[in-house]
Amino acid sequence: MDDLFSDALRQLLDDQCTPAVVRQIEASGDGAALWAHLDSSGFADALVAEAQGGAGLSLRESQGVMALCGHYTVPVPLAETMMARSVLAQAGLSEAGLVDSAWANAAKGSITLAQGQLAEGGSLVCANVQLGRVADAVLVSDAQHTWLLSTQHAQSSPASFVLDADLRWSAQHVAAGVKLPKHQDVRLLLGCLNAAQLSGALLAVFNNTLQYANDRVQFGKAIGKFQAIQHQLSVMAEHSFAAHMAAQLGCASDTAVPDRVRVAVAKARTSEAALEVASLSHSIHGAIGFTHEFDLQLFTRRLHAWRQSGGAESYWHTVLGTELVDHRHGLALDLIRSATDVTV
Amino acid sequence: MSTLASLNLTRIPADDEALRAEVRAFLSEAMRDVPAHIRAKSWSGYDPAFSRELGRRGWLGITLPEAYGGGGHNAFTRFVLVEEFLNFGAPVGSHWIADRQSGPLILKYGTEAQKQFYLPPICRGESFFCIGMSEPNSGSDLASVKTRATKTDTGWSLSGQKIWTTNAHHCHYMIALVRTSGDAQDRHKGLSQVIVDLSLPGVTIRPITDLSGDSHFCEVFFDNVPLQDDALIGAEGQGWEQVTAELAFERSGPERLYSSIVLFDQWLAFIRTPQGRTPEAVRLAGKIASQLTPLRAMSVAITEKLTRGESPVVEAALVKDLGTGVEQLIPAAIADDLFSRESQDVPLELLQTLNYVTQVAPSYSLRGGTRDILRGMIARGLGLR
Repeated sequence: MDDLFSDALRQLLDDQCTPAVVRQIEASGDGAALWAHLDSSGFADALVAEAQGGAGLSLRESQGVMALCGHYTVPVPLAETMMARSVLAQAGLSEAGLVDSAWANAAKGSITLAQGQLAEGGSLVCANVQLGRVADAVLVSDAQHTWLLSTQHAQSSPASFVLDADLRWSAQHVAAGVKLPKHQDVRLLLGCLNAAQLSGALLAVFNNTLQYANDRVQFGKAIGKFQAIQHQLSVMAEHSFAAHMAAQLGCASDTAVPDRVRVAVAKARTSEAALEVASLSHSIHGAIGFTHEFDLQLFTRRLHAWRQSGGAESYWHTVLGTELVDHRHGLALDLIRSATDVTV
Repeated sequence: MSTLASLNLTRIPADDEALRAEVRAFLSEAMRDVPAHIRAKSWSGYDPAFSRELGRRGWLGITLPEAYGGGGHNAFTRFVLVEEFLNFGAPVGSHWIADRQSGPLILKYGTEAQKQFYLPPICRGESFFCIGMSEPNSGSDLASVKTRATKTDTGWSLSGQKIWTTNAHHCHYMIALVRTSGDAQDRHKGLSQVIVDLSLPGVTIRPITDLSGDSHFCEVFFDNVPLQDDALIGAEGQGWEQVTAELAFERSGPERLYSSIVLFDQWLAFIRTPQGRTPEAVRLAGKIASQLTPLRAMSVAITEKLTRGESPVVEAALVKDLGTGVEQLIPAAIADDLFSRESQDVPLELLQTLNYVTQVAPSYSLRGGTRDILRGMIARGLGLR
């Protein structure tokens, strides 16, 4: 099921999400055309139950699909919308359920996820919203509540990654938004999908760097023939390999909600790999990899962005460490086993 | 890249997990009073009586056929057993090589008579093996071995020298990689494996004291040692292929993740106390667990490949290189945590364990192939060589 789905998405992204398209959307901030292609093909409803009009993919089946979003550095919130629509559908707020609501349009479009904070006066502030510049709506959680809010009603200002944004909604717009019946841990959801995206992007960077090392000739031979380069590529392979397994763990859940301990492993390990692999890929590429024209930067800037989104290493190390130190007894092995002994 | 994509999340089947509770109950009792700095020796710990007890319980040669005294189980069952042994720091060194490598090697390449002769005592924990690979001038460049077995009327005459042979002084047999034809320039051609009874005349074993004061590895000298015809294991001239297959067994097991696990658990016990717990230590515990967890999943996935009869050489090299990195991070990071505190009130047993593991940690990335050899193998797997 997920293989068929992945193959179809890969084909679509090959055609529609080329590096030229990614560059163009990063420059313009307008992802509407790409989004229309993706949404009309049904991919955004992958995780929604079939009875609710989706493809009924399980979370564990979705790792491959979300990894493709990383592999193609998809510049519109496809993986994010898949996750958000899954959450909305479980809350009984599928598109159909929102038909009479003024917010139906928000739920129909692309949706990203963000952690927010209520400020004085009741306004809601979200810093560094992933793809906040191109998303139609945001699933926002503060410590107590979760809302679905339209980006049209938000004040937007630039954030560190070019397609991200700092967003602020007035108290009035928050009050008029759709409040979900149950609080959602969006950092958990983001951590899970960012880990999957990272796993795809890491393999892409590794493959591209391996190809470059085979093609680039210096001292009369391909640089990949030099032992120093071979060992760097081996280390890249090790990290990419571990990240791929970690991302699979992050999506391994018996329910539609990711498992917190596994996501901690997944996001921490993929983020660690992102730093190593980005650094090694630039080291092997030399000056050409540092140019705007060469595609490597499309990937490595996103590796850093995804590493920073949904909690970087130390955030999840603390989550995992707290579980291990405060809530478990005896052997560390038993935590490791419970995180890896998954239904497959 | 196909190798990487094909390593998928796998679960140990319930039938193979079934043994875990029984093994753990035994180990909880057997290891209860052994201090952590001794348990930290793990598969370097030597205790023949313990090995015989495991044999009596049917836990050695678990993957060998029942006809030879084995358990008749698969690699997953062995993974479960070994994972428990290592996490409890059980002294499994006596039978370690025989159980992990020599038994499966004899099963795969041995004649019926060799299997009948060697395998049952291995399964009983009565017959211990070592591996004769390295020589003074053949370390990473293993194909250059010079120890030679020369044909005689009754078999072979063995002369030469092996070094860094783990536990040779406690073992009954060595499976040695030797030259049976040609010379060093012929490289992989002309190498064979022979089983050497270490009690034979002409064998001299000298333990080498390591930097921690222990003697695990040895020099072994052969001076015209008379071997019978049937000392040859496998086909003459196929030694290199056999050794390569053997190293896949050596590199793919859970022992490549857990060499420092006794120290990690001992440190965890300290940071679970009010005086030991700090936010920095909690974060470090999470960091180490976040690295070990995907590695365990990878190791299980490799085990699954072994059960399907594959020889996942490149994947095993990847996991070993990453695994030894974490194993070496554990003592380094724990020392940083314990010696950066205001209070120096750390339990002595924890410090002794830390000291031992810090000293032996360099061996993790030597045994079974150095870092650089492994990275070369990965590069070959990536098509770069």
